Amino acid sequence: MAELDTSGGGKKGGGKVRTKKQSTRVDLTAMVDLAFLLITFFIFTTTLQKPKAMSLVMPDKDQKTNQQLPVAASRTLTLLLGQNHKFEWYIGETGKTAPTVEPNYSKKNLLDLLFDKDKEIKASTGKDMFVIIKPSDKAKYSDVVAVMDGLNVIGNQQRGIVDITAVELELLKRDGLY
Amino acid sequence: MTAMCDVAFLLLTFFILSAKPKVADPVKAEVPSASAELKSIPETDFAIITVGEGKAFFTIEGDDVRRGTLEAMAATYGGKFTPEQTKTFAHLDNFGMPLNLLPGYLDLPQAQAAAYKQPGIPFDTTENNELAHWVLQARKANAGLHNKEIQIAIKADAQTDYPVVNTIIKSLGKQKLDKFELITSAKTAPALKK
Repeated sequence: MAELDTSGGGKKGGGKVRTKKQSTRVDLTAMVDLAFLLITFFIFTTTLQKPKAMSLVMPDKDQKTNQQLPVAASRTLTLLLGQNHKFEWYIGETGKTAPTVEPNYSKKNLLDLLFDKDKEIKASTGKDMFVIIKPSDKAKYSDVVAVMDGLNVIGNQQRGIVDITAVELELLKRDGLY
Repeated sequence: MTAMCDVAFLLLTFFILSAKPKVADPVKAEVPSASAELKSIPETDFAIITVGEGKAFFTIEGDDVRRGTLEAMAATYGGKFTPEQTKTFAHLDNFGMPLNLLPGYLDLPQAQAAAYKQPGIPFDTTENNELAHWVLQARKANAGLHNKEIQIAIKADAQTDYPVVNTIIKSLGKQKLDKFELITSAKTAPALKK
């Protein structure tokens, strides 16, 4: 650590008495403390809370090509997003299969559902699950992001956000989610 | 001791210089959280549409792209911007107002400009709304200046009604813009049951 030089002072005895030489060293302890404190502060403030980007690819509406492959209804999971962060889902075609309402929506719930259905569909058809997200007008932006995130977590790549139809709106209304 | 002090200050200088000042959002936009592995946000060739309280704001990265975009917008809408206004705009982090209010806003002194409540950029489902034009011109300006496609990100408040975001995505889809980056905050993933 910084020390005070007290050795100066010239010869002992005899001759003139000279003034004691002052040490030129400064105590740096406090300064270094402060510097490291600031460094710590900057490290913590810069690396935390980095926002991330999630890619969202929408289908090209104008393209009138026949590249759209038909997807079997048996491996299509449709999620209808209603109000108050609630949703219902069904597998298969609209109106033919009764939707299941998720009573207490939570992200864990959603993730488990996606995970289970993905497994079931893979086991029965041997292909990946195709997910259609249909947000109603009462859905919040965070709901859509939560579903997208859940699909990212289970590694599903086949998905699409589609406008909700009148029939499905009726379903949501009937179940009190709209 | 001296060496330690030197190192400490060298590091301090490095961190201060490398830190990017956080740009304050014009509206409260608390982004939803996501747990999947996602990519970081690039610092160039990037534009962000901030949505909060039903209003849209636009952020373009890069002084040159901002300048180019403003000039193209002025040409499209027949407005005129003085060199001072263009310069102010080139340093503007984000903005949200109809184009006809923009010259007045750019003339405001900094303190007043910060206090000004911005009404948001108008947008609707059609192809010809101001937000869509801003995005289109930013894409053109970025492609012309950097020879690279600009990435468009959406930074929306988690509690925004989905139709608001949907309207923006739909109207941008009409200019063949189909890929968006949704800005999220990181959180730890819940454990998948086995």
